[in-house]
Amino acid sequence: MLELKHVCYAVQEGDAQLGILNDISLTISDHKLVVFTGPNGGGKTTLAKIVMGLVQPTSGQILWNGQDITGLSITERARLGISYGFQQPPRFKGLTVRRLLTIASGNDKLSKDQCCQYLTKVGLCANDYLDREVDASLSGGEVKRIEIATILARNSQLMIFDEPEAGIDLWSFARLTETFEQIHAAGSATMIIISHQERIISLADEVIVVGDGAIRHRGSAQEILPQILSDTLGGCPVLSKGGAAQ
Amino acid sequence: MMETEVDRELLEKIADMLGKPVGAFNIRKDCGCDGRQSTEHIKIDNRTDGKSGIDIRILDGTVGETCHIPVIITKPGVQETVYNDFYIGENCNVEIVAGCGIHNCGEQDSRHDGVHTFRIGKNSHVHYSEKHYGEGDGKGGKIMNPQTIVYLEEGASIQMDTVQIRGVDSTKRYTKIVCGKGAEAVVTERLLTHGEQVAESDMVIELNGEDAKGRVISRSVAQDTSSQVFRPCVVGNAKCFGHVQCDSIIMGSAKISSVPEIAANDTEAQLIHEAAIGKIAGEQLLKLETLGLTEEEAEDCILKGFLA
Repeated sequence: MLELKHVCYAVQEGDAQLGILNDISLTISDHKLVVFTGPNGGGKTTLAKIVMGLVQPTSGQILWNGQDITGLSITERARLGISYGFQQPPRFKGLTVRRLLTIASGNDKLSKDQCCQYLTKVGLCANDYLDREVDASLSGGEVKRIEIATILARNSQLMIFDEPEAGIDLWSFARLTETFEQIHAAGSATMIIISHQERIISLADEVIVVGDGAIRHRGSAQEILPQILSDTLGGCPVLSKGGAAQ
Repeated sequence: MMETEVDRELLEKIADMLGKPVGAFNIRKDCGCDGRQSTEHIKIDNRTDGKSGIDIRILDGTVGETCHIPVIITKPGVQETVYNDFYIGENCNVEIVAGCGIHNCGEQDSRHDGVHTFRIGKNSHVHYSEKHYGEGDGKGGKIMNPQTIVYLEEGASIQMDTVQIRGVDSTKRYTKIVCGKGAEAVVTERLLTHGEQVAESDMVIELNGEDAKGRVISRSVAQDTSSQVFRPCVVGNAKCFGHVQCDSIIMGSAKISSVPEIAANDTEAQLIHEAAIGKIAGEQLLKLETLGLTEEEAEDCILKGFLA
């Protein structure tokens, strides 16, 4: 179980403190699929990074399976079973896809068949990719799918995905949502997915709308989706007037 | 051939040699010959012009054979310049493994300057690898200044891989490759310096024949207060293709200067150069830490991959 208690994160801007996250408390039970959604700049990614240890909160507490992990490093949290798929994963000159999957799995003898399973789940063929370097020769979508494959290889108890759909083509996206569904159905991991995609939101046990550094709404996909749609339409002056864009 | 533990370790590091190698070989140890074997197609002889070194003659049509010519220096104060000439016939496909290992526990410098000249006949392919390695806790320097000169005849090619990972205090490398019609040279250079080490590499690839190709891929890491200078140059004198790519990772208080040069003397010459120097990106470390590696393990993993 993941618990966040009164988590705040602020940055210094000149003489003033700018609050990015303001007193966020939430609990996510084991094996749940939770989607963080909401407007850009609302604090979703910062919140997810705070769980992984990529960002240190200004105040507040993070508990994982009852253990206070607030002061633990990224490595320590990773070893306790938390993983994180970056929105814009870095590239590595010289590091092959096979090596990255091997590191992720923690198994030095990871077989080609096992690599193949992880890559297939993100719509990539192992024969084409295993020996390729994760460098600039790969497209953004390819790097993103390899990133997600590393999280699958990690097989951790808590998987965090930051906009997994970004940069991925429609066909691979369909394969990816199936993979999320399978993990969820197997009950093998808790998943936090940051997403704006209706298809992913509809998979969630719970949707948490994050905006202006706070939790705006939380509820089931059925409850939250209509609200998101009405907020989106309401935010556009042209659509709200019912007129066509000029 | 008497081998000590130090000899065995050095030979394994620089030439992957475990015991007596298969095929032709010449082992040079502390200025003397510590073992030699010619084969039916590869003949190794002392030079006849009075200079130190050997002549290696590879007969036309020799395919799939190897020739190991490692040099080891185990005594402090050894200073030598050695000239090895390779005469490779036509239609060959051979692998040549050179390299130098210095074990210096003394106060005096040990230095090996190896001058290798290759004449590679028509349509022959040579894979030439050269590893440099130094060890020993004496104050004496471990110095290596290799020179490699290659002449490629029509349709000939060379893949030259050089590796120097740790231990060599000072190196000045000079490489010159002259490509004839349809000839191809691919040079990969891997270098890691640390402490106060200095490394310089000058390289010239002359693309003289029509459809000649030259490619230089240089990757280096400079740590601590070490310094590196690279000056790879590709000259296009005909319809040809040349590509120079230099990538370096800079760490600590190191200094790196990368000066790739391309020069065209023919309107049909197509030449490209790229050079980049940068530190390890923070996101790379963070990503590997999220996979359970410590910061030190992540750094090591990035450097190993980069220099692989």
